[in-house]
Amino acid sequence: MVNQSVKAENPTGMKHYINPLVRSIPPSGIRKFFDLVSGSKDIITLGVGEPDFCTPWHVREACVYSLERGMTKYTSNAGIPELREEIGQYLNDSFHVEYNPANEIMVTVGGSEAIDLALRALVNPGDEILIPEPSYISYSPIISIGGGVPVGIETTAKDEFKLTAEALQAAITPKSKVLILCFPSNPTGGTMTYEDYLPIAKIAQENDLIVISDEIYAELTYDQKHVSFASLPGMKDRTILVSGFSKAFAMTGWRMGYACGHRDLIDAMLKIHQYTVMCAPVMGQIAALEALKNGKEEKDRMVESYNMRRRLVVKGFREIGLDCHEPQGAFYAFPSIESTGLSSEAFAERLLFEGKVAAVPGNVFGKGGEGFIRCSYATSVAQLTEAIERMGKIVAKIKHEM
Amino acid sequence: MNELSELKVNILQLLKEDARRSSDLIATLLGVGEEEVRVAIKELEDDHVIVKYATVVNWSKVEEEKVTALIEVQITPERGRGFDSIAERIYLFPQVKSVYLMSGAYDLLVEVEGKHLREVASFVSDKLSPLEAVLSTKTHFILKKYKQDGIIFEEHEEDHRLAISP
Repeated sequence: MVNQSVKAENPTGMKHYINPLVRSIPPSGIRKFFDLVSGSKDIITLGVGEPDFCTPWHVREACVYSLERGMTKYTSNAGIPELREEIGQYLNDSFHVEYNPANEIMVTVGGSEAIDLALRALVNPGDEILIPEPSYISYSPIISIGGGVPVGIETTAKDEFKLTAEALQAAITPKSKVLILCFPSNPTGGTMTYEDYLPIAKIAQENDLIVISDEIYAELTYDQKHVSFASLPGMKDRTILVSGFSKAFAMTGWRMGYACGHRDLIDAMLKIHQYTVMCAPVMGQIAALEALKNGKEEKDRMVESYNMRRRLVVKGFREIGLDCHEPQGAFYAFPSIESTGLSSEAFAERLLFEGKVAAVPGNVFGKGGEGFIRCSYATSVAQLTEAIERMGKIVAKIKHEM
Repeated sequence: MNELSELKVNILQLLKEDARRSSDLIATLLGVGEEEVRVAIKELEDDHVIVKYATVVNWSKVEEEKVTALIEVQITPERGRGFDSIAERIYLFPQVKSVYLMSGAYDLLVEVEGKHLREVASFVSDKLSPLEAVLSTKTHFILKKYKQDGIIFEEHEEDHRLAISP
């Protein structure tokens, strides 16, 4: 009924009311694939971008207890002081970066809000924002809404999906303003070492770039320790460090993140934050505090469990004839499906419909993603084993047809 | 007691989660050679570190239900052999599933399994209580098992994550 009356008044629909910058954002490729998958039955999904663990019980319990005590009010805009202090301590202990909890740290609604705030605070219409790709899919749309121009920089399997100085240098123009880094990388699992970062830092300095470093997967690194870009010499003031609790502590649904940086930048972000969301939910903040204080053991156990499954899938993909670089972080493998002669989308669709396995086609992640699929290994060993077996059959079938 | 290598500890953890894991799978998960894992498991078995590969059964799921009781037993220790010989006399009964020496108000905690209440009761009155060293017993019947050996008995929660997320 409602629809009909709207139609009667607006025969052309309502779309013309929408801000052209929003209207022109292309529909997400992941969304399209999600709709395909939602209609399928009995599938094993490797498409999930979140941990398969439930939030550790002590964290959930701390939140329940806080509710019982009636902690249900607004907190200060930047988040409860105790949590900011704990975040500062944690970043210093783990990654050797020092932030003042009083004015350089703010708690946000997920790492996502922190990214949004940083981009809104920085991007002027026409500014070029550099994004190493394949990349997490949310940066470009947010940049576009602000009138900025996302500029993808292709990274390749040959370089283990690291950002190289040459590629970055080649993408820089006088309009370049911000570089977004997301290492460990979703979707490739690529990481950057201190040595990898040194020339990047030099270029950032020379070209006066601000860096938004999305380090949400910092805790999920294997056989190496995560390096925060902010810990590079001279980079702290240039960097907005974004992170959160979702991946490290299996807390995706809580939407708890944070941003750290120079007080002028955090001030600006805080201004937007206070007018839009006021503060992150207090129950989530209490839970996050508990996670930081007492969650190390459970976190380490989860990381070790991802590491085992990482070895399983990389070996599995290689055995069924897919090239797969060894991801050093996050919980994604990014095997190449080039040997099948199919596009990412065509392969992912056949894998879904014929093999009953869901994986995300690599092309949705931007430049360099075509020819790959993203497979999350945050799924049980039994499911992974079954999924690899099914994939093996499909790959063999496709190659047989060639 | 000798200290176990890290590899052996990891193997034990993986087998504790699922005893049917093959040495091939364990080797892949741990990133080591299969032969290395096979040798380590063999050593663990030979040293009786791995005692047995058993199955955890939720008997309440099947028709043939069992009754389990935990019995607190107070005993007088035997000169020279302490509690061990009396504990042995008790644990050799096949219906006894576990026996622990306890600190506190009683000495042995005995887990007994039977087909029905009567069977457990008669075990206590006919076999356990009459033992000379046994001073007293207190029988507690288990009404429901929620979790045993770190394993939760209820059905697993379903995975309610979105099938595809960024």
